[in-house]
Amino acid sequence: MLKDQDRIFTNLYGIHDWKLAGAKSRGIWDNTKALIEMGQDGIIDAMKESGLRGRGGAGFPTGLKWSFMPKESDGRPSYLVVNADESEPGTCKDREIMRFDPHRLLEGCLVAGFAMRAVAAYIYIRGEFVQEAINLEIAIQEAYADGLIGKNAANSGYDFDIYLHRGAGAYICGEETALIESLEGNKGQPRLKPPFPANVGVWGCPSTVNNVESIAVAPEILRRGEGWFSGLGRPNNTGTKLFCISGHVNKPCNVEEEMGIPLKELIEKHAGGVRGGWDNLLAIIPGGSSVPLLPKSICDDILMDFDSLRDAQSGLGTAAVIVMDKSTDVIRAIERLSHFYKHESCGQCTPCREGTGWMWRVMQRLVSGDAEIEEIDMLINVSKRIEGHTICALGDAAAWPIQGLVRHFRPVIEERIKSRKAARAA
Amino acid sequence: MPTLTVDGVEITVEPGTTVLQACEEAGAEIPRFCYHERLSIAGNCRMCLVEMEKSPKLIASCAMPAGDGMVIHTNSPKVKEGREGAMEFLLINHPLDCPICDQGGECDLQDQSMTYGSGTSRYHELKRAVAEKNMGPLIKTTMTRCIHCTRCIRFATEVAGVEDLGAINRGENMEITTYLEQALDSELSGNIIDLCPVGALTSKPYAFTARPWELSKTESIDALDAVGANIRVDSRGQEVMRILPRLNEDINEEWLADRSRFSYDGLKTQRLDTPYVRKDGKLQAASWGDAFEAIATKLDGLDGAKIGAIAGDLACAESMKALKDLMDMLGSPNIDCRQDSAALSTETRGAYLFNTTIAGIEEADALLIVGSNPRHEAALINARIRKRWKMGGFPIALIGEQLDLNYKYDYLGAGPATLKEVADGKHSFAETLKTAERPMIIVGQGALSRSDGAAILALAKKIADSFGLVSDDWNGFNILHTAAARVGGLDLGLVPGEGGKSAKEMLDGSLDVLFMLGADEIDTSRLEKSFVIYQGSHGDAGASVADVILPGAAFTEKDATWVNTEGRVQLGRRAIFPPGEAREDWTILRALSEKLGKTLPYNTISELRQKMAEAAPHFAEIDQVTPAPWGAFGTEGAIEDTPFVSPVTDYYLTNPISRASRIMAECSATFSKVKSEGTGTNG
Amino acid sequence: MSQVIETGKAFEFTPENIEKAKVFIAKYPEGRQQSAVMPLLDLAQRQNENWLSKEALEYVGNFLDIPYMRVLEVATFYTMYNLKPVGKYFLQLCRTTPCWLRGSDDLEAVCKNKLGISNGETTEDGMFSLLEVECLGACVNAPVVQINDDFYEDLNAENFEAVLDKLAKGDVPPKGPQIDRINSAPEGGPTTLLEKTEGA
Repeated sequence: MLKDQDRIFTNLYGIHDWKLAGAKSRGIWDNTKALIEMGQDGIIDAMKESGLRGRGGAGFPTGLKWSFMPKESDGRPSYLVVNADESEPGTCKDREIMRFDPHRLLEGCLVAGFAMRAVAAYIYIRGEFVQEAINLEIAIQEAYADGLIGKNAANSGYDFDIYLHRGAGAYICGEETALIESLEGNKGQPRLKPPFPANVGVWGCPSTVNNVESIAVAPEILRRGEGWFSGLGRPNNTGTKLFCISGHVNKPCNVEEEMGIPLKELIEKHAGGVRGGWDNLLAIIPGGSSVPLLPKSICDDILMDFDSLRDAQSGLGTAAVIVMDKSTDVIRAIERLSHFYKHESCGQCTPCREGTGWMWRVMQRLVSGDAEIEEIDMLINVSKRIEGHTICALGDAAAWPIQGLVRHFRPVIEERIKSRKAARAA
Repeated sequence: MPTLTVDGVEITVEPGTTVLQACEEAGAEIPRFCYHERLSIAGNCRMCLVEMEKSPKLIASCAMPAGDGMVIHTNSPKVKEGREGAMEFLLINHPLDCPICDQGGECDLQDQSMTYGSGTSRYHELKRAVAEKNMGPLIKTTMTRCIHCTRCIRFATEVAGVEDLGAINRGENMEITTYLEQALDSELSGNIIDLCPVGALTSKPYAFTARPWELSKTESIDALDAVGANIRVDSRGQEVMRILPRLNEDINEEWLADRSRFSYDGLKTQRLDTPYVRKDGKLQAASWGDAFEAIATKLDGLDGAKIGAIAGDLACAESMKALKDLMDMLGSPNIDCRQDSAALSTETRGAYLFNTTIAGIEEADALLIVGSNPRHEAALINARIRKRWKMGGFPIALIGEQLDLNYKYDYLGAGPATLKEVADGKHSFAETLKTAERPMIIVGQGALSRSDGAAILALAKKIADSFGLVSDDWNGFNILHTAAARVGGLDLGLVPGEGGKSAKEMLDGSLDVLFMLGADEIDTSRLEKSFVIYQGSHGDAGASVADVILPGAAFTEKDATWVNTEGRVQLGRRAIFPPGEAREDWTILRALSEKLGKTLPYNTISELRQKMAEAAPHFAEIDQVTPAPWGAFGTEGAIEDTPFVSPVTDYYLTNPISRASRIMAECSATFSKVKSEGTGTNG
Repeated sequence: MSQVIETGKAFEFTPENIEKAKVFIAKYPEGRQQSAVMPLLDLAQRQNENWLSKEALEYVGNFLDIPYMRVLEVATFYTMYNLKPVGKYFLQLCRTTPCWLRGSDDLEAVCKNKLGISNGETTEDGMFSLLEVECLGACVNAPVVQINDDFYEDLNAENFEAVLDKLAKGDVPPKGPQIDRINSAPEGGPTTLLEKTEGA
């Protein structure tokens, strides 16, 4: 188990003062100038060395992403955009950072923004997080008042602004180009890539979109040294990570743990174990709704990191662990997710707009059993026709939970159909 | 120049080419719905997916720039599966009501599903139904059929420059609509019907009247403005069923303006289908012989100076040439093709042409518009100006009426005084013109058809000369005409001869005989004493004051020549025959000349056209623009205070055909009335 | 059928909101005022009893000099803009899997039985409206209902009824977890961050 001293988010539960004074007492904004004095290349190299992979779900190496930003301006300013549109079902970690540790995020914005030569950061927070936005806005004002951001931010000689932008209810805005569209005042419809945001992002300017957690951990990594961070976890899966444990556990919670912690340990140590005991476990969605679920047999000894979960045909995603015990109608659990994706499809491209609704309607019939056995294969085929064929990853995200369900629980679905047929015949 | 491999064929393409375009160049067919050459790339239909080696996912070829070394497969099983999938998704919520859909037979979805679809449906859920949306009198919507390609939205915002069309809601509830279902207020709205790849947006006037395979298709030229848009006239039997644009990059690209597209029902009403002779104060149907006899009797022994002729806005060059020759033979110097008496100089051809050419607008880098509302006078030229404006670096200024032109411009002032300021170099825009490399000026008829028109023309000439608008390889001096007949008329010399009267003077009632060749946009109030011969197709203003009516052909009913505002000679072709006793116009004049004992020296249209070419050699150069000579013209003079006013007060009702059209009347009621009432200029 | 309701009453920002709107617009680069359409719609909605009329939409369009159609697209794309009036207490009940696993169906039943409203409906007295929403992002405190701006967490039929009772009486119960628990820490106390950290 991770030692408390290695935990970054020391006010995860909001026990301490979240405002500037409290933040400073937790070491935030402590000689930030020195971090900036590492220079752009120094910071990016350290971030690369730390092995930090994006905490928003895709796991792209953060330092590498920053390095894509132009080193010299062609006249256009560069922007850091913070993805605080936390909407992936099961995920509620960025919320805690923003309401209880907002200065950690702001300091990260300055350091990351400096490293990518950005003039400003725009934090795009989901609209439902009203209190979180209020806290963050207060923190921003505190930071300006204290000279930590703005002109000559934190006495570094670097000018840097931070702005908060509230969303208004659209999961798709968590997709980076949809977020950019939304930030420009449009519908949140993902853009075609190329061009990538580092070339043409918000307002046509070079932009990098990073998750809240990825940005918030950066100053601490730089302060403690990249070696500290890379020494935690496993190679290619380093550092600490916020885990959200929801569903059928005795004590649902958020917790910061070491990457690669065994799933079972994570649940039993921090979430009070599975409701009714580990043997009452049916399945777990290990990384937010978009990743395929895992049956208990795999959960028994799986490690919680990118590579391990990928090898198990699932993913770490946002590290949101959704636990389902044996009382769960697992078909319905996934049907609810199918509805979610249908509801959140932006409608722009054909496979997602049409396919998510189709899959959900078939899923509804699988819940009741009003289906034919062959329709299971058809559903998988439909999901494959969405997967990889859409503009953004929402199509994939809609397809995977269903593929995971059929992969691991096909007999349950077949049984449902058969018993429904039998009931009707009787 | 990237070199890539498409289905094993190596091909080198221009930088900036997309993979889709490269595939086409390599001979591979790529299906698509949302992609359109003239619109921004949306990449949403996913029909154009192809396989690119080293990419784990299929790529949307329409959106991917062709790169050096790319290896593309367009026919692999993966691609086939991707297309079949996209096709299936497009069809699951499509009603498949092809038997009652007007798009049937020319539907991209229908065609592509035959080639790329699976042929069966696996969709057993309820299909989505979408409420129809009002888009006004021209566009019929059946939104359940919509496949959300957004071509219509992109056309409206990008080409037409109106922001009224959009997609509301999201996901499977996304719907295309105008803002609160208002009519789509654009002179180019009909183009979204052509762009819609399915039957969601169809032509309201054409609804349920014909199937495409029943129609005869005649390639012709539009005559309802001076743009000379290339059109296709679709007819069935002796009826024009619809008019569509035909591709011509130099003129209309592939667009057509609404008046030209939708006036065709006016071809069927108010027609003059038999000769008339006024007897006892009333027009009575007569035979050709009686009508000619009445004219011959009237003209017998009359001095040529007491005879005059005015050619109207729709007249073809052939009929104007015949009219001009006849008037010459009758010894009359009184002839004019300028109904509005615009001060158009014929001293040099460059003085009355749109010299820059329409496509040339895209090369220009500054523009001054004088006394013109191009949006209503030449909607497609306005679209070209907008296209250029969207590219950036194109300052536009306007002197005249301050109207919404669908692009931004600097408003300099209302009338001649401002023009003089610019001409005298006292206005900052003069500097803009001076520093521009290819500046242009557009002078509208609103600036010339006024008593100080000649002085205005001289000021425009001064601007052209002093600010470098005309050089060896650039002519930025442009007259924007509103009448299809005008340039041809000027080319053929239909202007008053020595001592001859202008149209305005002829209309004062001083002539004994006035021949009006389709002249309807004139003041006929003082013609009681004149014996009026009206030759034309419609019972409009001219016919109502006529003593003899000679029924002519509408532009769709004759092989004829028009010269557009650029000076481009184009041939229209007969799609249907004129109704009843009506005849092709030049033949009427030829027959009349014989009756009058002044037989015109041509028996066939080719003989006539030869005479036209003798009079003006460019008539032999069909479809071309010959750079016009530039020389001295214009007469300096006093200018007035009155502001410039566009001659087009109602875009939908500028000519006899449109005024006879029920569809245009509806458009006028929907769009023009609201506007004029709204601005309080309705009187 | 238009989704937009015309009230016939003009809408304009209060002087205070005009100042707020200007602050929003100033966040974005010059000429990018369209970016402020979302905050301005939110501002208008807050001023207009939590919904947006045709007049409010068009006011925002005019304020930012952007076409009405673009405003309407935004207003219909995002779920948080209400295009029809809602009750004084706008209940947004999360129905996505993490909340469903922990009993969101029970909360829906409370709305049905206690308030007599289903998804999309408003009580006759105009006090409560119910909207089933997708994941609110407070999954370890499931099930969750957002009431106006505030999250009420760790709900069950019993404590949800208690919250509704208080609201009906005009009291505003404390937001956050409705069980004995500190925010997102495990019930009964944190398992981590127990060592006294520097300065904390």
